[in-house]
Amino acid sequence: MEEKLTLFKNRKRFGIEKNIDIIFKNTALVLSSFVAIILLGIILVVFFQSFESFSKYGLKFLFTSEWNPVKDEYGAFAAIYGTVITSLFSIFITIPLGVGTAIFITEDFAPKIIREIIGSFVELLAAIPSVVLGLWAIFVMEPFFRGFFALLHSWFSWIPLFSSEPTGRNSLLAILILVVMLLPIVTSISRDTLNQVPKKLRNAAYGIGASRWKTIFSVILPAALSGIMAGVLLALGRAMGETMAVTMIIGNSNAFSWSLLSPGYTISSMLANQFGEADGTQVSSLFYAAFILMILSLLVNIFAQFLVKRFSLKYR
Amino acid sequence: MQNHNLFYQNKSSRNITDIFLTSISFLFALFAILPLILVVSYILFKGGSQISLDLFTLEPNPPGDEFSAGGINPALVGTLIITSIASLIAIPIGMGGGIYLAEYSKGGLFARFIRFGVNVLAGVPSIIAGVFIYALIVSTKIIFGSTYSGLAGGIALSILMLPSVIKTTDEGLKLVPNELRQASLGIGASMYTTILRITLPAAFRSIATGVVLGIARAAGETAPLIFTALFSYYYVSGFEDLFYEMGSLSVLIYNFALEPYDVQNKLAWAASFILVLSILFVNIFARILANITTKEKRI
Repeated sequence: MEEKLTLFKNRKRFGIEKNIDIIFKNTALVLSSFVAIILLGIILVVFFQSFESFSKYGLKFLFTSEWNPVKDEYGAFAAIYGTVITSLFSIFITIPLGVGTAIFITEDFAPKIIREIIGSFVELLAAIPSVVLGLWAIFVMEPFFRGFFALLHSWFSWIPLFSSEPTGRNSLLAILILVVMLLPIVTSISRDTLNQVPKKLRNAAYGIGASRWKTIFSVILPAALSGIMAGVLLALGRAMGETMAVTMIIGNSNAFSWSLLSPGYTISSMLANQFGEADGTQVSSLFYAAFILMILSLLVNIFAQFLVKRFSLKYR
Repeated sequence: MQNHNLFYQNKSSRNITDIFLTSISFLFALFAILPLILVVSYILFKGGSQISLDLFTLEPNPPGDEFSAGGINPALVGTLIITSIASLIAIPIGMGGGIYLAEYSKGGLFARFIRFGVNVLAGVPSIIAGVFIYALIVSTKIIFGSTYSGLAGGIALSILMLPSVIKTTDEGLKLVPNELRQASLGIGASMYTTILRITLPAAFRSIATGVVLGIARAAGETAPLIFTALFSYYYVSGFEDLFYEMGSLSVLIYNFALEPYDVQNKLAWAASFILVLSILFVNIFARILANITTKEKRI
């Protein structure tokens, strides 16, 4: 017994090694708190820079669409409306497409190799930079849809959304290119959640005689709903903040119009266009607009995370 | 008519609905891959025809030159430099943070807060990162009095890379079996030796895959660069160029796509060709690597 105890007599580490250990731990701690510092820094900096404009225009900024550097009058209503309308429309188009694709990939409709190819193609689509999609939209998509938009206007001009003569670059094109960008996000998150639904739920449904799509609609999709919702919200956040492709194709006009066929504006495209050459109150107003964009996307993101936390453990 | 036999009936309404819905989902899947095929084939077709030696060696000519747009050398070099700066900042910070979250934190309030912050930061629009760096660095001239600079662009990009590096490190380390840690600590290794010698090497491939994908994503980002690094038509000739405006492939595509001149547009297609091909190549390579790792027996 005593012999064994002597073995542990020198169990203290060397001083240097102990210190390195403590330094290593604390460095990691400091590095991990960088995230919080940066996040807080972004919020504070954007908030304080927008203060001048906020105190001058107040909440009126949100509801007027005057943007006149000469008269020093600023209002971001057209840009806020554009941000909300393009992101909402694009997400509504993306949901059926993305979830439908995810169902196709997770069910055994086609041989596994085909489904895997489709899955990886959709994921590679996410890797294409948005500026390249914008370039493609300008030179390929816009000429392709020109005739279709004219038809849309002549048939549906009684709907306010299609009430104006189609122009070369317009909000509807921005919505379409946003769909291309959101599709990979919605599809891959939906696919992951659909894969996580336990097999026994499906087998139970088949066992009591449900058809395949009855099973999908009544058992599998409800079980995966929270994950899919979270993916949709993440995509919505991305849509609101998306800058390059939208800026290149939306037409960048601050004149407010209900119609999707006329040029529009989003907060991010306004920032991309004007930030470089702005000065004075205009800079502050742009920061104000950036602050609104940040709050919008933060709210959507936090809500998405809440959904994931709240519901994801249900079927593990 | 009620039919009670047990064979598959292709005229029953439920089977017709099933076939109908199956074909719709197939159609949706086709729609989903159509954009990638179209975009990539247009880039190969329109950009591939522009590739020449001059493209890689010349400066771009300012818009207005009707005959030749020059090359994209400064933008290509600029993208490499800016992405390297971003990686040099984001990888050490992100890996350190990820190590803390996965190895030291015990799921307490601080770690939960940081993980939440990582997810929120990942959702911050990329243009906001540009606005932030503009306010913090460009307008205050805090770096040796320089305003728009490649350095500022790199810092802006690093903010976008940081969440993905932390996440992949955190998740990669969490996949390492606990027995390895216990064995290492049990034979008397200190915590930092355990992490540096045992758990990090065990998780190396999955972390490397995630980090490489993050770098590839950052290389294509434009929004944070348009008013931090701005754009430059001139060669990057020395170290001091870091403190001046710097071009990049993505900003070149943005600027030249909006020019009314055909030669400039062609240069934008050529730049897209190089950017997209290298990003796709890195992506496919990283995915194959990740697949090999998951098929191998985990340690």
